[in-house]
Amino acid sequence: MLQFILRRLLMLIPVIIGLTIIMFAIARLLPGDPVGLAAGPNATQAEIAALAAEYGLDQPIWVQYWHYVTGLLHGDLGTSLLTRRPVATDIAAYLPATLELVLAAMAIAIVIGIPLGLVTAVWRNKWPDYLSQIAAIGAISMPRFFLGLLLQLCFAMWLMWLPLGGRLPIIVIPPPTITGFLTIDSLLAGEWSTFTLALRHLALPAIAMSLSPLATIMRMMRSSTIEVMQQDYVMTARALGLAPRLIITKYVARNAVSATLTVIGLYFGWLLGGTVLVETVFDWPGLGLYATKAIVSQDMMPVIGVALVIGLMFVIANLIIDVLYGIINPKVRYS
Amino acid sequence: MTDTLSTDALTPPKYDKLRRAFFRFRQSKLSLLGGVLVALVLFFTAFGTVLAPYPEHIAGGVDTANRFIAPTWAHPFGTNELGQDVLSLVMAGTTVSVLAGFGVVMIGSIIGTIVGAVAGFAGGWVDEVLMRLTDLTLTIPGLILAMAIAAALGPGFGNMVIAISLSWWPGYARLVRGEVLAAREEVYVTAARAIGATPQRILFRHILPNTVSPIIVKMSLDMGFAILTVAGLGFIGIGVRPPTPEWGTLLSISRSYMPDYWWTAMAPGMAMFVAVFGFNLLGDGLRDVLDPKARR
Amino acid sequence: MTALLEIRDLHLSMSSYEGSADVLNGINLTVNRGEIWGLVGESGCGKSLTGLSVSRLAPSPPAHYSKGQILLEGRDLLPLTQREMQKLRGKRIGMIFQDPTTNLNPAFRIGEQLTDVALAAAAQDDTILDCPAHSSNRTRRAAAWSLAVEMLEKVGIPNAQSRLASYPHEFSGGMRQRVLIAMAMIGRPDLLIADEPTTALDVSVQAQILKQIKANVAEYDMGVVLITHNLGVVAQTCSHVAVMYAGNIVENGPVAAVIGNPVHPYTRALLSAIPTKDTKRGALKGLAGAVPNLINPPPGCRFAPRCAFAQPACTKATPPPETVGPNHSAACIRAAEMEALIHA
Ligand SMILES: Nc1ncnc2c1ncn2[C@@H]1O[C@H](COP(=O)(O)OP(=O)(O)OP(=O)(O)O)[C@@H](O)[C@H]1O
Ligand SMILES: [Mg+2]
Repeated sequence: MLQFILRRLLMLIPVIIGLTIIMFAIARLLPGDPVGLAAGPNATQAEIAALAAEYGLDQPIWVQYWHYVTGLLHGDLGTSLLTRRPVATDIAAYLPATLELVLAAMAIAIVIGIPLGLVTAVWRNKWPDYLSQIAAIGAISMPRFFLGLLLQLCFAMWLMWLPLGGRLPIIVIPPPTITGFLTIDSLLAGEWSTFTLALRHLALPAIAMSLSPLATIMRMMRSSTIEVMQQDYVMTARALGLAPRLIITKYVARNAVSATLTVIGLYFGWLLGGTVLVETVFDWPGLGLYATKAIVSQDMMPVIGVALVIGLMFVIANLIIDVLYGIINPKVRYS
Repeated sequence: MTDTLSTDALTPPKYDKLRRAFFRFRQSKLSLLGGVLVALVLFFTAFGTVLAPYPEHIAGGVDTANRFIAPTWAHPFGTNELGQDVLSLVMAGTTVSVLAGFGVVMIGSIIGTIVGAVAGFAGGWVDEVLMRLTDLTLTIPGLILAMAIAAALGPGFGNMVIAISLSWWPGYARLVRGEVLAAREEVYVTAARAIGATPQRILFRHILPNTVSPIIVKMSLDMGFAILTVAGLGFIGIGVRPPTPEWGTLLSISRSYMPDYWWTAMAPGMAMFVAVFGFNLLGDGLRDVLDPKARR
Repeated sequence: MTALLEIRDLHLSMSSYEGSADVLNGINLTVNRGEIWGLVGESGCGKSLTGLSVSRLAPSPPAHYSKGQILLEGRDLLPLTQREMQKLRGKRIGMIFQDPTTNLNPAFRIGEQLTDVALAAAAQDDTILDCPAHSSNRTRRAAAWSLAVEMLEKVGIPNAQSRLASYPHEFSGGMRQRVLIAMAMIGRPDLLIADEPTTALDVSVQAQILKQIKANVAEYDMGVVLITHNLGVVAQTCSHVAVMYAGNIVENGPVAAVIGNPVHPYTRALLSAIPTKDTKRGALKGLAGAVPNLINPPPGCRFAPRCAFAQPACTKATPPPETVGPNHSAACIRAAEMEALIHA
């Protein structure tokens, strides 16, 4: 098992190299004038050249790439033209916000989606099932940013129950950073009021993010439950007098969840890359917002950094899922 | 009873399969609803600009005297900050969204099919390299990749479509490779080999036709998400530029006028939802019909 | 004395895309304690559905019982609700299915699966567990666990105590079938229905498993219905045999009588062909034609179209069972003259 994890972690190296090459190619081979943009509209030719030299952008692309990769070994992700800060510092500041949002959304999706999928499978072809199938396709079809806007309009602007955006009001001093998750950090610091504030800020964006994975997990869980219920061992369990409730909630559920896990892993990566829109709507200071700002000004180092970090998180999430899968499913051998 | 049995026996199997497929499709009311919604969307794609009540607004005309009119009979979805009729803009926006979505899915599936077919058929190191590339592209968050490419290429409809397509092909590559590998094992391909057909001939005449229906299913399921991605880029401000009406862009502009002029957001948002919902329902139905083994 | 199991004129129809089929067309079968009944017949003749019907596990829809009774010690099972049936399953009626690889849940330790079955049975009958009634859940679970150890030992699994912590994939096929037997027996059922329990196993393991089942009958004084394709198995294991054809039991009686002196033409064909599990419909050697389409079955005796001795009268009505010897009957209107016909 440990060996399996180590081997998978080793496989990250070619992934990192591949990702950086692709992102570098996009950043440098496509037209665009990032330095000019960064220097500002009034900059002289000389100033632009100086800026380019300062960031090493006047050098041939393979030299730049070499610098980048060697920098990576020290955890250096380059410097943002826009913020003029090291990309690694920026990412360290923004990543926890995104992770907190994605994990909250995932938690909502899993906690609701899995039981719902199980229940609709049991009620297969009855009207609650049909209804939830339509609702699921509807949920998947709902643009997250439009949903976010509707939630904002409803709960923040009209009802004024929840805040419009951000992670905390600016006047509130954030708790000391431990995990970077404001909810957890405020709990650790014992600041209840900050915790509730953070939670209230988290609620709307997390709901907006969670709807589509919730629906997907529900559908996946439903179909795998239906499949599991047709297995011979379920018939045996029934034939030997186990209560239907026990069969479903204990035996079928575990088998079906393990089939659903893979989807959860895929979705996690997808959500990480998809926070952009929700972060824009809710002004959530995360990686997506950071990347958007960088992209709009063609500031490529942050974009490469963000793509790299999200790509890695995606791979790691899938590794975790694989390990979980092995735990739930003893038959799987790590090889 | 006897009658149905005897006609069943006389029906050629292929036709029978088709008939049963259609039967299944018609049975599913949801797929029918999807079909109707998609037909509606396609209708507006073709005629939206022509049928719009205020065609002058689509071209960029403004009517500042009538800014922010709440929904009325004359303006069922109200007017925006320039006094333009929101309904007209949204109707015209269908063309951009659907064509862009279609372009993305087409280009994505063509690239993906080529990569997947070559990988699956060539095998060996070609397969290895192509599939590693596919996996890598899958790891990069699609939206960010598309945004980066679109930003680098500059604004414009074509650039946006290309940018999204470049993040869209890996799914097809995997699908086609899997199908090709499976089909390669089939007896008839072995037979074709034995007769001495060239690899190209085997690929085009025997293998690819068999992968068509899963590709079509995936394309119809992807249409909705492609439309969403197009709108997403518009929402962020990358992609087509005003005055070309585009749902995501319209929505992002109306955001600044919330909550007072909330109606400007409703029509573009609902239009996105309906279009995507339609394609998803249809794709779901098509999958059940064309690719029952993938049924979920 | 009421019989342990008595199936009376059971009719089961299956509705499908093509129409409805009388898959069981008047089954009559009586099983007493201490008897092992072999149920044989070609693939698709309804053996499994007969077995499943006793536990009311035939998938419904499409299955529908149109007529008949299934009496378990005199109590008709057909009107019972699924909830009431659940109380009988495992406790009164145990079942074993064909494929030991797919009938154990791969994601749970076998100890877990065995104890759950034991606890379900103990909910009906406290004496199964070796602990006072109204014990805490933990004590009950512990008692069920030791019962599981005991059962595993009985079916011949070494190191039962530690094997309980294993997952199904860690056992061989024969071992898994033993586990399944232990699981079926842990509630001490009165009736055991074994649907081709040895078909998926190799011959030497097969003999051991059958011996195990036989030993259980002696120990617990129960009745067994053993569904099989293999007449060798019947000869070796069973006390009685019922031969099925297209939803009917065409001949039944003590093994020695039926095998030694078969009366029904189908039984005779079956005995001369000895089909294996790979025998497909209609592939019976020495028999022309195939198993009839059950949606549109031939009128009267369903075997008539393939029967060398068929007469016009055969197509009039389903033939009732005719007694041809002690406890031995055959559903053939020419049963009485068959002896003469054969030697003619
Ligand atoms: N779920 C079902 N739906 C429709 N028809 C069914 C179903 N299950 C069984 N049947 C039909 O009922 C008939 C009897 O099936 P059954 O499984 O009892 O046969 P069997 O004698 O056990 O065959 P085998 O030896 O292959 O196990 C078959 O003709 C089959 O086609
Ligand atoms: Mg069977």
